[in-house]
Amino acid sequence: MCLPAPSSGTVLCDTDPGTFPPLEEAPVPQLQTDSRPATARRSTSADIALIAVFAALIAALGLAPPIYAFGNAVPITLQTLGVMLAGSILGAKRGTLAVLTFLALVAVGLPLLSGGRGGLGVFAGPSAGYLVGFVFGAYVTGLLTRRFGERDGATSSFLGTLAATVIGGVLVVYAFGVPVQAWRLGLPLPTVAVGAGLFVVGDLAKAVISTLITRGVRRAGVRLPD
Amino acid sequence: MSLPLAVSGDSWLHRMPAGRKLLALLVGEVIVAAAARSVAAATVAVVVAAALWSLARVPVRTAWRSLRLILLVATLVGAAQWWYAGGAPAFVVTSQLVVAVAIAVLVTLTTRTSDLLDALDRGLKPLRHLGVDPARVSLTLALAVTSVPVVGGLLGELRQAARARGIRPGPVVLGVPLVVRTLQHADQLGEALAARGVDD
Repeated sequence: MCLPAPSSGTVLCDTDPGTFPPLEEAPVPQLQTDSRPATARRSTSADIALIAVFAALIAALGLAPPIYAFGNAVPITLQTLGVMLAGSILGAKRGTLAVLTFLALVAVGLPLLSGGRGGLGVFAGPSAGYLVGFVFGAYVTGLLTRRFGERDGATSSFLGTLAATVIGGVLVVYAFGVPVQAWRLGLPLPTVAVGAGLFVVGDLAKAVISTLITRGVRRAGVRLPD
Repeated sequence: MSLPLAVSGDSWLHRMPAGRKLLALLVGEVIVAAAARSVAAATVAVVVAAALWSLARVPVRTAWRSLRLILLVATLVGAAQWWYAGGAPAFVVTSQLVVAVAIAVLVTLTTRTSDLLDALDRGLKPLRHLGVDPARVSLTLALAVTSVPVVGGLLGELRQAARARGIRPGPVVLGVPLVVRTLQHADQLGEALAARGVDD
């Protein structure tokens, strides 16, 4: 039973222990705010671990035997799938750093590119542009996935993530790869573009696979630090 | 995972410090791209590259294995060039391509991975002002190297588990648990790093 107290108008109840401390005395938690701007945030140990492990994932996917899609018709190596996943799952910054880490390991002589290739020769060869494209591709995939692919932070838009992955993981990669290839091979750009077009189908399939995996991982309830 | 690509030896090229070798390679690549544009200049580039290779005394088998892919590409491109533009441009383009790759491969073959990592560490020092911490970069690279067999092992386990259940898993069925378990591994690794004071 509760009655308004005659003097103050406060509602008093039977169960009122009458000893509530005044609200002002309760300690107000001070949120620790980082004075550095968010973009210049130093990588924490969690970030370093994510970057290193995803660089390893890109390598492991390239070394794994190819997976057969479309009723075993098209064998596709999965290295670029790793690049797409780095962007869409880790986000732009960490995804880019994961790709750079992977490429650094290739450059210092580890045979981690699909087909067991590695060393500095691949950066001087005709497909060097694609490797540079991986870096920017992961960045754009991460950036656009954050913008189009995520609703309320929890649920995700399939089409948004797919669009982000196709733009970053396919278009951007080819935008670097094809001109460098044309330059290195001394062939006209359209000729090289037509040749590269044969691989676009496989890469679009990988973009779909990457999007489905990203959705599955989000549904599994994995949350990464921002 | 196969071993690093470098082969041991004690030639003049093997003994050259890694940083200096990388700088020389960079200069060489620029010269080949910018200057080897006539038949005479391209011939000089091929002769110089061949001389460097013979100095390094790389085993023939290793040399063939490292260069066969670019030689195949160069043959195809050379044939296409010959058809399009004639003999001289075909020779220039294929020589440029093969020399550019061959000198880069030569640096990889004659330099230990650990020396290249040290050179990278030193090369990143000037980037300190841009917020790049060479020690953290080195740590990340080392962790990535050790994580390759771990992630490869996860992939193998998942494939075996699927086979045990009589499934031939598609890329998505395999990929979701692979990424989730990779992220779990990263989580444990991150905690181990934090416990060792990496964040301090």
